[in-house]
Formats: sequence, structure tokens, C-alpha cells
Amino acid sequence: MLKHLLSDDLPRSRFLTVLLVLILFGLAFAPFITSGARPLNTAATICVYIVLVASYDLLLGYTGIVSFAHTMFFGIGAYGIGLGLASAGPFWWIAFSGLLCALLLTILLALIVGLFALRVRAIFYAMITLAVASSFAVLASQLSDLTGGEDGKTFSVPALLSPSFHLFENEVFGRIIDGKVITYYLVFGVALMLFLFLLRVVNSPFGRVLQAIRENEFRAEALGYQTIYYRIAANCLAALVAALAGALMALWLRYVGPKTMLGFEVMTDILLIVVIGGMGTMYGAVVGAALFMLAQNYLKTLMLQASSALVGVPFLAEALHPDRWMLWLGVMFVVSVYCFPAGIVGKLRST
Amino acid sequence: MHPSATTATPVTATAPDALPQVPHDIAPLLLVPLLALLMLPLVGSLPIWITLTVAGLAMGMMIFIMASGLTLIFGLMGVLNFGHGAFVSVGAFTATLVFLPLRGWLEVDSLLLNLGVLGLAILLAMLVTGILGWAFERVIIQPVYGQHLKQILITTGGMIVAEQLINVIWGAEQIPLPLPASFRGAFLLGDAAIEKYRLIAVIVGLTVFAVMFLVLNRTKIGLLIRAGVENREMVEALGYRIRRLFVLVFAAGSALAGLGGVMWGLYKETLTAAMGGETMVMIFIVIIIGGLGSVGGCFIGSLLMALVVNYAGFLAPKLALVSNILLMITVLLWRPAGLYPVAQH
Amino acid sequence: MVQAQPPMSEPLLTLNAMHTHIGQFHILQGVDMVVPRGGVSALLGRNGAGKTTTLRTIMGLWPASQGSIRFDGKEIGKLTTPAIAQSGIAYVPESMAIFSALTVKENLYLAAREGEMDSVRLEWIFGFFPALKKFWNYPAGNLSGGQKQMVAIARAIVEPRKLLLIDEPTKGLAPAIVHNLIAAFRELKTTDTTILLVEQNFSFVSALADHVAVMDDGRIVHAGAMRDLAEDQKLQQRLLGLSLDSHQ
Ligand SMILES: Nc1ncnc2c1ncn2[C@@H]1O[C@H](COP(=O)(O)OP(=O)(O)O)[C@@H](O)[C@H]1O
Ligand SMILES: [Mg+2]
Repeated sequence: MLKHLLSDDLPRSRFLTVLLVLILFGLAFAPFITSGARPLNTAATICVYIVLVASYDLLLGYTGIVSFAHTMFFGIGAYGIGLGLASAGPFWWIAFSGLLCALLLTILLALIVGLFALRVRAIFYAMITLAVASSFAVLASQLSDLTGGEDGKTFSVPALLSPSFHLFENEVFGRIIDGKVITYYLVFGVALMLFLFLLRVVNSPFGRVLQAIRENEFRAEALGYQTIYYRIAANCLAALVAALAGALMALWLRYVGPKTMLGFEVMTDILLIVVIGGMGTMYGAVVGAALFMLAQNYLKTLMLQASSALVGVPFLAEALHPDRWMLWLGVMFVVSVYCFPAGIVGKLRST
Repeated sequence: MHPSATTATPVTATAPDALPQVPHDIAPLLLVPLLALLMLPLVGSLPIWITLTVAGLAMGMMIFIMASGLTLIFGLMGVLNFGHGAFVSVGAFTATLVFLPLRGWLEVDSLLLNLGVLGLAILLAMLVTGILGWAFERVIIQPVYGQHLKQILITTGGMIVAEQLINVIWGAEQIPLPLPASFRGAFLLGDAAIEKYRLIAVIVGLTVFAVMFLVLNRTKIGLLIRAGVENREMVEALGYRIRRLFVLVFAAGSALAGLGGVMWGLYKETLTAAMGGETMVMIFIVIIIGGLGSVGGCFIGSLLMALVVNYAGFLAPKLALVSNILLMITVLLWRPAGLYPVAQH
Repeated sequence: MVQAQPPMSEPLLTLNAMHTHIGQFHILQGVDMVVPRGGVSALLGRNGAGKTTTLRTIMGLWPASQGSIRFDGKEIGKLTTPAIAQSGIAYVPESMAIFSALTVKENLYLAAREGEMDSVRLEWIFGFFPALKKFWNYPAGNLSGGQKQMVAIARAIVEPRKLLLIDEPTKGLAPAIVHNLIAAFRELKTTDTTILLVEQNFSFVSALADHVAVMDDGRIVHAGAMRDLAEDQKLQQRLLGLSLDSHQ
């Protein structure tokens, strides 16, 4: 049963299993084992990023394609649902039709960019997606009539999901079951399903062809696979899942904006997480996203303390400033690529 | 910079005596003047057109300076450095080491003195970025030689680290970089206002292009680089260590990025650690348009892109937001491998 | 190919149990070959036998995974390509690999490592490749196939080298040009350069070669004097019949 759910792709490491179970339970019961808005916010962001990063892993880790347009699709999903709700009111059918439009746009763009650039080399695709995605971000932040510009847009969600909605009179295990908690479980549930779906994809015959292409494109072609179609299909699939992740994010934040949804920082976060977590493992997305978000929210506090303690020490005080945490992540990233290309998951599996 | 070779065909006995025709591929060369002329009636006013054209040329020259190194590095070794922008930022920030202490001299309205300070800043910036480029190639690039995926990841990582280090060293605030006194303002050419600094940028850009052209065509190292762009194995089989050549090109390309950073920083008049990363998009588009590995293509591509942005900014501001992409798509539909495709890759 | 040779003198090139892998493919499976000093040694074999791979391995363009390569009394199996070239080997690849953006002059100029090109030697080369003189300042990419082959060969001999590795120089060339090449190689044989010539064109080879080795499936299957093979129709049939007939 469990084996089937995981598509026969088990963690294959005792410690990794423990870690994954901890993360799963942490996320499943987050509203009850924590209190306040911030931890729940962290948990929801982890859920969204697991899906976002796992869909990127399908591209990078399983197909060997470097794309810088993943945030674009993430943003399209978010804006689709967000702009819909912001302009036409907090109704479910609006949310769904906004999402549908976003998915259509996603698949169209993914197809066009894929057809245009994937037939050439990996490097070409990386450059072109970077150019396209950054133009898209500029467009979103400049067309302020439509998108709210740099400031983005806040919007109301359907009543069931809004914070003022209370499911029960009383607290359950110390928390009021309001719309926020319900939204959290919506995010959690959809994220879990999408993750299991991706796990299924990479372990399907389709996924194995993708890996064969990554290993040796020439050979895969000799075996009769039209590699270009497989890569375009993987590209579209990854883009669609990223758009769904974006929709979840928008629903959770009740806000869309270019920095949160389309910024290049989001793209670097995804890259860092997938590489540090472990490319081509899927579980790397889970471990990576969880550690990354926890670090982002809590490690910074530690860094602040260290930095204040070191005030006056010229270089270190600056380098340990919480705003510089990307420095250390960047270093970790580079070291990962050299020393453990399969990331944390690969390391755990090999020991 | 030449069209790709004709394929080897069996020749008849008389063929050795037939003079081969020299088909120079000039169509891309005509693009820039053609575009400029086409825009004249659209813009409708000669003075505005002159201002826009000079602005476009200046911007194009600066982009060319930043991009030319990257395209050569790619052409010679197939290494695409996603961290190239870091050298742009480092170059600009290094220049402040000269500009800030000599602030007094920059306020003096003397062209000679201002140019002297600029020259000193450029020299230091190129020296620092050149040395950093050399180290970057040795430490970061060499271990992942020939592995494209890792190269993209590693150099992107290098970019993140470099940006953060700039923040650590120079602080996270943006640094204002006012133009030297004698570079400020514009002079009038008839009714057209031409900003002085743009003229300086055009002159510097043309100088860089001329020097690169001479080095690539008239020196042994330059010929080896062009030969290596076409076939690096054969260069090795002739007995040359192409790795040495490559480190040299990498350091020179990084130094050019540093020079471009100084010029770009003065153009923007403020410096942020992210400025290099932000120029990467333009740089990539330009080298794709030009044909990866082609310096001549890169030059034309840079001018085209900057002119299009400037004209579009005047004629249809909303369109200017995506004009880069549109230009790239148009060029690639005409020539899928860029204006001047390079054989090897 | 072990031939009567001056006693005491080691052969110029000795391949001993040389193996080459390309990726996970095991292409050369123990090549043993001797190239004596002087004259032309030919390496024959059907398409895909491993001739090009052999030359590339000698040049260090593929690493030998096993075995030894001795050249002029030194082991060169572990050297880099530039070091191998500097030890006195020149290479004319199957693709010719001329630098098409460079002029004929610049192509030869780069091949002359020692500095300036020797004008006497250049005139000597122009003697059998007059087209090069004519197109001296033309981009080499604009030349015809035969002229490109001349540039490729001239590049290998613009300075004296001990050993030339030449891969299928007649491929795709018209008979008139092939005759031109034969004349050029005859001229080269008068110098003390040794040539290892890979060919499919048997009549071309038999007009030139002194020694011959035949390769199949990544191994040497025959070695001896060219004269013996040229006279023995049966042997030719057995070794080369299937492949060479179609190329004549
Ligand atoms: N780059 C390569 N990758 C994989 N296999 C190769 C490569 N180059 C050559 N081969 C294989 O090695 C064998 C020998 O090739 P080659 O040396 O070119 O033969 P020849 O020159 O005798 O025609 C062939 O089976 C060919 O398919
Ligand atoms: Mg061959």
C-alpha cells in the first residue's frame, strides 16, 4: 500500500526515512503542534516549495534541462488565481476559472519556449528561459493597471478559506479551526497529492526514458526515442505543476506580487534547494525545502546574535549579518555541486 | 566573422585554377544602418532621432564591452559563464576605490584630469577583474570542464556568492557614483542634444572593438583564438596548449566585463551588487543574436538591441519592455544560430 | 609490419597492446603495430575498423586505457596532445580540420610553431601544391575540397616533423587531385619524414606504401611488406576483399 503510494521509490536510507516521516507529521499537524501565524506560514510555504522544487527536479535532475523560467510558471499560476479573485470577487468558480486560464497560458508558453529552444543545446535553453522569464517579470511589474505593478494585489478568498470563517465554536487541540487552518489543509493536501503524482511520473516508463535521455541523449535517440518530444513533455508537465504551486501560494498569502511570485530570488531559492537537497531524487525537494525554510526563518535569528556578538570584528560581523545568509547558502551550493552532486539525500543514501 | 565553410565536394581537374569567389556575408552588417534609417521617418524629428541614435549607440557599446568577453570564452571552450555579471559588478565597485578618494579631482571641471581619473579607475578595475577571472577559471571552472549542467550550476552559484561578498565588503547600501564634472550635461549638434558621457562611451566602445579586431586578426595569439573557436582539437594537435590560451581569454574577458562595469556604473550613476546580474539578461540576448562565439556578431547584436530599446522607448514605451525578446525571436527566425554562426558547437 | 630494418635502430613508433575506450565502448582491443623509420606505412581496413581511433589515440586525442605508445625512443602514451605534437608528430585528420575563417597563409603560419615560415621550404611545398600559392591570402574556408586537403597536408609539413599521421587524404577527391597527391607524397618520401597513411583507396596506397598493416574490429589482423600484399591477390581478397572492392 505505502509502497504503491510511493511508486516503489522508497527513501532507501533509514535516517532519510525518519527525516521524511518527521517532516510529514510536522506538516500534517502543524496547526496543532505550533501556535501563532508565523509557524503556520512557514509550514505552508514549505508545502508549496516542496511541490515547486520537486517539479523543478523533474526538469533538472531527471531530464538534465536547466531552466530559469520556473518562477515564470509559478507566477502565472499565482497571478491567474489572484487577479481573478481580485477583480471578480471571492467566489470558487472565479478561482477555478482563473486557475484554468493560468494553466492554459502555462502550457502554451511552455510549448512555445520548448519548441523554440529545447531543440538546441542545454545551454541555449538556460539562456533563453532566463531572458524570457526576466522580460515576463518586467512586464508584470510594469503593467500596473492589470497586475498592480510592483506592489502587487491583495484579494479576498472564498468565505470558507477566509480567516473570519470559524468551522467550530470551540478550539480543537488548542487552535480555532478558522479559514486559515482550512486553507492550510487545502495547501497541504494538494501539495501531498502533487508530490506523489510527480513521484509516480519519474518512476513511470516515461520517467525512465527521461533519465535515459539525461544519461546519453545520443543513445536514447539511437534506441528510437524522439528525445525532443520527451523533453518538451517534461517541460510542460513541470511548468503545469509549478503553476499549481503558484496558485496554492497565492491562495495562502491572499496576495500576488512580482517579487514574491516572479522574482529572480525565487529562482535562485529553487536552484539552491534542489541542489542542496539532492538532484534527481524527488525526496531532495522535501528535505531541501523544509531545511531551507526553517533556516530562512530561524537561522537568521541565530546569525543576528552571532553578528551582534562579533560587532567590531571587521569582516566576520558583516558576513554573519542575517541579510548575508545567502552567502553561506551560495557557498554550500557550490560545494554541493562539486562534492556531493546527489545532495543531502544522496549523501544519506550512500552512508 | 566569416561565413561557414562550403562543404567538401569532389573537384574536377580544372578546379584548382578556378579562383574561388569570396562571398562576404554582409547582410547583418547592414542591419544597424538600415534600422536607424527606417526609424527616421517614424520618429519624425531629426534632432530627436539623433539623440535617440546616439543614446542607443552608447548603450550598445557598453553592452558590447560587457558581452564580448563572454562570447569569446564560450566560443573557445564551450564554457558559458553564468557568473560573468559578477565581474561587471566587481569592476564597478572596484572603480569606487579610485573615484571616492579622488572625489575632489572629479569635481574639477577639467576634461584631462577627469579622464585621467577615469583611466586610473578603469585600469584598476580591469586589473582586479582580470586576476579574479584567472582565479575563477582555475578554481571554479576547471574542475567541471566539459560538463555543461554543472558549469551552469557552479557559475550561477559563483554569481550568488560574489554578489553577497560585494555586500560584505562594500556594504549592502547602493553607492552613488556621480559623473565627473566635465562628463556631465550635453552639447548641441544643431537642435539635437548629445550627452557628453554617451560620446565617451561610444569612443571607449569603438576603441575596445578596434583593439579586439586587431588582436584577433593580426597577432599570433589572436589567430590561435580564432582557430580554437573553430576547432580546438586541431589547435592542440598543432602543438599549442589550449588551456593556457583559455585562461588568458577568460582573464581578458573578465577584465572587459570589469571595464564594462565601470562604464555602466557611471551611466547609471548608482552601484548595487545586483547590477551585474541584471545586465546578464541583455548580455545573453546579445550573444545569442550575434551567434555564440562571434565577436563581430556580438558587436552588431549589441548595437541592434540598444537601438531598438531606445527607439521603442520613444515610439511605444510599453513595447520597449519586451523589445529585447521580440528582437531575439525575429533574428533567430531569420538565422536560427544567430547572425554569424560559429562552426564548432 | 616487422620488416628488415637497420639493426640497432628502434622503430620510430611502436604500439604495444593499446586499448582505447570511447565512453563505455571498447573500441581498440589491443593494437600492436610497428612503424619503421622512413618511408610510407599504410594502415588499411574496412569502415569502422578503428583506424581513425588509432591515429587519434596516438595523438592523445583519445586517452589509451591500456598499453604503451613508444615514439622515437620515448613513451608518449601519457602525454598531452600538444606535448605529443611537440615531440615531432603532425596530424592530418579525416575531416581535414582546416581553420576556415583564417587565410591559407594564417593556417600555415600557425602550424609553424618555431616562428617564421621558412621561405625555401614554402617554395618547395608550392612546387607540388601550386594552388596554395595562388590562394595564399584567401580564407581557407572558400577553397575546394582538394585544395583544403592540400592546406591540411601543407600544415603538417610546413616545418620538418619526424612522423606524419594522415587519415584518408583521398576521401571524396576526384582522380585528378588524387594523382596530384600521389606526386606530392612521392616528393615527401624523398625527405626523411616517416608517413603513417590510413586509406581505403587500395590503388593509391599500393602506389606509395612500403609497409602495410590491416585492421579489423579494433585489432591488427595482418602486417607485412606492401609488395607482398600487392602481389598476393588471394590475401588481398581475404583481408580486404569485402570492404575495398566497393571503394575502388
Ligand atoms: N565518438 C565516438 N563515440 C562512440 N563510438 C565511436 C566514436 N568514434 C568512433 N566510434 C566507433 O569506433 C569504431 C571505430 O571507428 P573509427 O576509428 O572511426 O573507424 P575507421 O576510421 O576505421 O573507419 C566504430 O565502430 C565507431 O562507431
Ligand atoms: Mg576513419
